[in-house]
Amino acid sequence: MIVKPNTQSPPDPPGPVAWLIKNLFSNWFNSLLTLISLSIIYFAAASVLSWVFTTADWRPVVGAPLLYLIGQYPRDQMWRPGLSLWLIMFLIGMSWGVWEKYVKAFAIFLAILLGIFAIVPLETATITLGVRAAFLINPVLIYLGYLIGKNKIVNGQHVITLWIFVSSLIVLVLLPGFEGIPFLPKVETTVWGGLLVTLLLAVGGIVLSFPIGVLLALGRRSSLPVVKIFSILFIEVIRGVPLITILFMFSIILALFLPAESRIDRVLRALIGMTVFSAAYMAENVRGGLQSIPPGQIEAARAIGLNNFQTMVLIVLPQALRAVIPSIVGQFISLFKDTTLVVIVGINDLLGIGKSILGSDPEFVRLQAEMYIFIALIFWVFSYFMSQASLKLEKTLGVGVR
Amino acid sequence: MAANIQAKEKIPVWRDERYLSAATQIISSIVVLGLLYWMAENFTEITQQRGISLSYKFLSEPAGFPISESTIPYDPTMSFGRAFLVGLVNTLNVSVIGIIFATVLGFIIGLARLSSNWLFNRLAVAYIEFHRNIPLLVLLFLWYFAVFNRLPSVKDSIVLPGPIYLNLRGLYLTWPRLTETGNIFLGLLIGGLVLAILAWNILIRIRERTGRETYYVPIAFGLLIIFPLIGWFAAGGNPIWLDVPVLEGFNYKNGMRLTPEFGAILVGLTTYTAAFIAEVIRGGIQAVQLGQTEAARAVGLRKTHVLRLIVIPQAMRIIIPPLISQYLNLTKNSSLALAIGYQDLFAIGKVTINQAGRAVPVFIMVMVTYLMLSLITSFILNIYNRRIQFVER
Repeated sequence: MIVKPNTQSPPDPPGPVAWLIKNLFSNWFNSLLTLISLSIIYFAAASVLSWVFTTADWRPVVGAPLLYLIGQYPRDQMWRPGLSLWLIMFLIGMSWGVWEKYVKAFAIFLAILLGIFAIVPLETATITLGVRAAFLINPVLIYLGYLIGKNKIVNGQHVITLWIFVSSLIVLVLLPGFEGIPFLPKVETTVWGGLLVTLLLAVGGIVLSFPIGVLLALGRRSSLPVVKIFSILFIEVIRGVPLITILFMFSIILALFLPAESRIDRVLRALIGMTVFSAAYMAENVRGGLQSIPPGQIEAARAIGLNNFQTMVLIVLPQALRAVIPSIVGQFISLFKDTTLVVIVGINDLLGIGKSILGSDPEFVRLQAEMYIFIALIFWVFSYFMSQASLKLEKTLGVGVR
Repeated sequence: MAANIQAKEKIPVWRDERYLSAATQIISSIVVLGLLYWMAENFTEITQQRGISLSYKFLSEPAGFPISESTIPYDPTMSFGRAFLVGLVNTLNVSVIGIIFATVLGFIIGLARLSSNWLFNRLAVAYIEFHRNIPLLVLLFLWYFAVFNRLPSVKDSIVLPGPIYLNLRGLYLTWPRLTETGNIFLGLLIGGLVLAILAWNILIRIRERTGRETYYVPIAFGLLIIFPLIGWFAAGGNPIWLDVPVLEGFNYKNGMRLTPEFGAILVGLTTYTAAFIAEVIRGGIQAVQLGQTEAARAVGLRKTHVLRLIVIPQAMRIIIPPLISQYLNLTKNSSLALAIGYQDLFAIGKVTINQAGRAVPVFIMVMVTYLMLSLITSFILNIYNRRIQFVER
């Protein structure tokens, strides 16, 4: 007979003093650790705080806020990224309403951040009253979206469809524009920059790599030798080399393998590189999900007369993909961080903008610490929210818990 | 009856899986090979137009560019091949040292993460969350531009006991070097070490088989001490001398010099990877069931023995595979050295492309080298992994 062990420990003794003794000073070694930790915290906090408020010079960071967001995107076409931001914020609000648990913290944070950005007394020529008003609309839109999502006017499927539709509209139509259309003139990607490019590369990379990754994972598990060999070769070669070599290959070498007259946009080349890189890792994640499906599922599907293709699409993939959602979120976070490498192939993403601002003024040359800490902070906030959401997601889906 | 059905309902070709799988294979081969052929066509056309050469003959031509630091002798009159080798050695240097340090630091932080001391635990969490959510490249920039580039000038060097001098030009260490007779000492030192390890293993095995006490601890340590001691006297009492850095003019001479670039990439990679290794260690140790510890305590093992004999061997089985992939990540991430000016394999590959103008051959060489490094590392560690895995029942 199996007796279920009582895993619960007895309740903690009440009171802060008892808590302190139990958790910090239970024996001499523990007390020593506490003292060491306290001194580390004290010295770190003291030196960081005094640096931030006295020594540090934040001019390069606060000087040109729009550069960080959109790079050199023409200022007379500002309404286009502005409208894109509105649309995205509206959708984030809706997502908050629909998937309360995961998006809430991030949405509220964004609303507050954009609100602060609108009213903070930065004295720059680019932040006019109009721009401030436009930023102030964002929190309103987030809340509006939240109400719509909360009151079940839209459901999860609608929101996902809207996300796909709106983001392709923004990336393919609104931001690049077309030649010859007067109110939507073409804007070359060479002037795109900042957070815009970082997000474009990260989101584009993960979305485009998803179908390729699924195909590669299926190919790797296929019983057909030719398909299997191609898939394994692709996955292992890409995973065996650093991302930077792949980015270089696509930014320099790829041109030699395409027809002489074809010219691919620089940002697009980086996006292809990110996609190829991400696809190999995606394939391994999806393969993990495929392996978690018990063979009985496939046998049962075959027994009721589904063919190979139907078994895959109707039975195996839906279960497998559900199981790998958390690891895809994890992959997205690392891809988001990896987008910084495009600096090395000369694209002005967030980090690239930071570098060029430092280079723009001889007074800024010594202020690298301020600049890179600021950029690190932006990345930290985004990644932290995503990893927290991913943890909650993991718990809800019950992945890895038996 | 069965034969009847078969005769009536012959499966049409488009639903017969034998045909379908053959067709899939043929079509996918045609697509992939066609794509490769198309690219090769374009490539030959472009190379002919621009006169790009694919040969590797340039490797023996003089490189003509300086390399700021190299473990093996190098000067610009040497060949491109030699320069490439210097880059490879630099990559290996930073990877191997980084892996060792990151493992040690990662273990400490991983154990701190499991500590029952709340404050110490939170400190480890803060370290891990800080490093895991910031891009490595940004961290490297911070280390290089904000720390190593802001060290004091040579005149006001920071002096650490040793003596070790730390300044803008790098880190100058006092370094032990062998004298002329030092080889005897070194040989006996290594010999003693090998013999001690062998004796330790063999004597433990004998003890386990026969149950007799074999005194493996004193014997192994005795070997470890006696051999170098013999070597010391055989070498005339002075097998090593200390190479102390001295200030000469505007710079330190002698000693072991580590450049700021090397320092930044090493510290950056180590601290970054340690955060990931700490999570791996924590996961592995937490995965060992509590019942194992309790059972070990119940049969009377001491606390240190519980850790060493019960928990760690089982945790290792879970830790090793993700640890391998962290090591591989560190090796691949060392290619970011390019961004802060440490001349590793990739950086030298890039200079070679600019100097020799042979993008494709150089690129193939760089990618194949990284691929080989990855494959060799994972091959060796996989053998180790297989040795310690459970035999599944």
